[in-house]
Amino acid sequence: MEQFLTSLLGNALVVHVIMAVIPLLFILPYALVVIYLEMKIAAHMQDRVAYMRTGWHGTLQPIADMLKLLQKEDTIPAAADKPLFIMAPYIVFMGTYAAFAALPFSSAFIGSNINIGIFFIVAISSLVVVGLLMAGWSSNNKWSLFGALRSAAQIVSYEIPSAFAILGVVMLAGTMSLQELSAIQTGGIMHWMILGGTLPLMKKLIVIPLMLILFVVYYISSMAEVNRTPFDIPEAESELVQGYMTEYSGMKFAIFYLAEYANLFAVSAVATVLFFGGWASPFKSLMTGPWWSSFWFISKGMLFVCLNIWLRWTLPRLRVDQLMYMSWKVLTPFAFACVLALGLVLVW
Amino acid sequence: MNPVVEYFGNIYRGLRTATIGMRITFKHLFTKAVTIQYPTVKMKLPERARNRLYVNMDDCIGCDQCSMACPVDCISIQTIKSAPEDNLGTTSTGQKKRLHVPVFDIDIAKCCYCGLCVYPCPTECIKMTDVYEFSEFDRHNLIYSFSTMTPAEIETAKAKAKKMEEEAAAKKAAAAAAAKAAADAKAAAQAPTAAPQPEGPQQKPE
Amino acid sequence: MAETITAPPKTSSGKPLRTEEMIVNMGPQHPSTHGVLRLEIVVDGEIIVDVVPHIGYLHRCFEKHCEHMTNYQQVIPYVDRMDYVCSMNNEFAYVVAAERLLKIQVPERVEYIRVIMAELQRIASHLIAVGTYGIDIGAFTPFLYCFRDREKILDLFEMTCGARLLYNYMWIGGLSHDIPSDFIARAKDFCAYFKPQIRDFNNLLTYNEIFIKRTANTGVLPADIAVNYACSGPMLRGSGVNWDLRRDDPYSVYHKFEWDVAVGTGETGPVGSCWDRHIVRMKEMEQSVRIIEQVLAQIPDGDVQSAIPKRIRPNPGEVYARTESPRGELGFYIVSDGTGTPYRIKARSPGFVNLSVINEIARGGMVADLVAIIGSIDIVLGEVDR
Repeated sequence: MEQFLTSLLGNALVVHVIMAVIPLLFILPYALVVIYLEMKIAAHMQDRVAYMRTGWHGTLQPIADMLKLLQKEDTIPAAADKPLFIMAPYIVFMGTYAAFAALPFSSAFIGSNINIGIFFIVAISSLVVVGLLMAGWSSNNKWSLFGALRSAAQIVSYEIPSAFAILGVVMLAGTMSLQELSAIQTGGIMHWMILGGTLPLMKKLIVIPLMLILFVVYYISSMAEVNRTPFDIPEAESELVQGYMTEYSGMKFAIFYLAEYANLFAVSAVATVLFFGGWASPFKSLMTGPWWSSFWFISKGMLFVCLNIWLRWTLPRLRVDQLMYMSWKVLTPFAFACVLALGLVLVW
Repeated sequence: MNPVVEYFGNIYRGLRTATIGMRITFKHLFTKAVTIQYPTVKMKLPERARNRLYVNMDDCIGCDQCSMACPVDCISIQTIKSAPEDNLGTTSTGQKKRLHVPVFDIDIAKCCYCGLCVYPCPTECIKMTDVYEFSEFDRHNLIYSFSTMTPAEIETAKAKAKKMEEEAAAKKAAAAAAAKAAADAKAAAQAPTAAPQPEGPQQKPE
Repeated sequence: MAETITAPPKTSSGKPLRTEEMIVNMGPQHPSTHGVLRLEIVVDGEIIVDVVPHIGYLHRCFEKHCEHMTNYQQVIPYVDRMDYVCSMNNEFAYVVAAERLLKIQVPERVEYIRVIMAELQRIASHLIAVGTYGIDIGAFTPFLYCFRDREKILDLFEMTCGARLLYNYMWIGGLSHDIPSDFIARAKDFCAYFKPQIRDFNNLLTYNEIFIKRTANTGVLPADIAVNYACSGPMLRGSGVNWDLRRDDPYSVYHKFEWDVAVGTGETGPVGSCWDRHIVRMKEMEQSVRIIEQVLAQIPDGDVQSAIPKRIRPNPGEVYARTESPRGELGFYIVSDGTGTPYRIKARSPGFVNLSVINEIARGGMVADLVAIIGSIDIVLGEVDR
């Protein structure tokens, strides 16, 4: 993609700016779609229908929601720490948007084909913690503070099991670059990492349960990273109104909202790339190619987003100390044990 | 309990109950919604539905029973006596109306929709209908006036009633004066006849 | 904001504040305090050190209003509005008290219909309690299922008396309307429909491991403290005390039916935890369905309005009568001075008394636990503040 644009335009700077903006062109329509999906799936699970009036079955409602948020009055509490308050949503969004740089949207397009892809993603997405803490602290609101501190503890703790799960996959694949990871998994569903990658059959039988556990560990940790139920204690609606986002309104709230959904897609996309083939088609050679691969990537990502929505509307939320217990005493030991076992299998 | 068993038991139970819950919500994804698209579709209310009040003024005899029964005093009624020769008509239940009702206001914002005003009405003219969509932008529009008398009619009725009252008062005063005169005359007539009686027993003791 | 602080701040209970602690106000407007309740919490990090509830935001001078009514029957709409979630039970308590004062004996049919309405209202009230409890804990879906089932109950009520929430149905000496002809069939349909829904709900929420983890070890109310604080209803029965006014201080015709009293047994943790109170409510709903089915099968004929007195003028005297409302012991103390206007009506509301125990059971827990505890006490501020 980069070569194509450079040959078209010639100016490297312009090409890089365009490449940086392309994920935004994905995020904005995606946000509209996922807001609609979330409301509709939630509604049908609850024996009701959600939006029906704006557009056919409410399809234009997310646009109306966005317009409403944009034209709302942007209030800043008088005693809030102004610079931090204003910067916080943008730092959160920056943290999640930067992760989009390393996601392989297609076999021909990746924002930045660095060879430490997944490592970069894990590192840069922890910038969100800084943004959340800034938001909670600068709001001058004790409840926001609660939310921000809980969130910081949660996100930092859940990086560990997620990193272990990623480590397992990287060991199996031998590379950290996401584009290469997807390329390794081409050639049909049996090459997907969740089913053992390109190992011989005997080793696959041992590796598949390990990879399954690693996937579950990664998925649960990713839910905690994006503050979704059952880990949405930082924005526990029934306790803290909106947690660290309580004092925000208008455009800043829209940025927070967008950042949350973008983050959701980012971690779902990472889950698909790591375990479910990324842009590789499940069929051996059917439906492959740059456009088809983009379709596979996006639809697999959306599948995990929908799974996340399903879980959100089913399960109650964990209390903050139970959250910590789960991270340190359940997910980390299991992930560690699986990585050890995987290492043994690979060496043997 | 053995901590190791408890630990794994917790994990197993957590996963199992989570999947049971997920199965229930997934099943509900395909059940028909229980909601309807109000306001294009409206539920049909049962016949006993208690919503907005309505008064049929043709049947109102001005007895004030509904106003006294109301627990929140939302009904205000004023009546004017009618002259005996006026014909206000009869109600549908056969009673002859004797009172003009110039003011019959129900403050529907105060009304608590209990229905206590409906039961005492002798002619069943106040009813609770099934209308529930009557929001207003201005609070004063929620004071419903049911009286059908025009201001001119009210003036004539009041004037007539005042005149009747004055006549009645004059009559009463005349009757009182006549009675007093008769009583004086009677007393005067009685006094000479009492004189010839023996004075013995009437003597006051010294 | 430069303000010089000259003395260490004090909490409203007068205790001086240690500097590691923070006073947080779970203010009158809060998504999970079930109404306008203000909780002043002193927290040390996430651990609660002290809780002081402030009530009165919904005080509507109901008891004073009753002294100006011209008629005992006019009090009934006010009584409805005390605990607006279980109006039939409020009316039931009041008419039992008034009938005891006036020494009126109501026809059998009236008693049976009153029991049906009270038990249906108990189910409806418990559905709100457990649905909103789910929301407090974070599970948003069971709430919608509860309201879907509650709508069916409200449809039954609307069919009978015309209103969905505040009925003015039970009058002193009888009822305002007799049940319509298709009521019994529809109520039987509802009972048959509702039993599997309770099972579904239990699978989705009650036995969910996360829910158990959130509620089974928090808000433990020992039985002796519950009795000392005069708690009643599911608060008391969740702590293992087997006391139900419908059986132990019988009123109306409850003694004619066979049903069990649900008591918390400490299945998932210590007895008297939030989970125990929740499971007591779920089991009470099952037992209410059982009672309703028995009543529907045995309901006699009669005139529901024959015993309604034309003029209510009781002899001077006083009466206290208590009934089992979904929240506990709801009692009315009526003082009459011989006229048609009540001299004094006092409502002993279960929510007010149950809420007083919040300090005992919330101390030492976390803020998230406080939300779970308030939800399990099941207060309705209309009743707490009257």
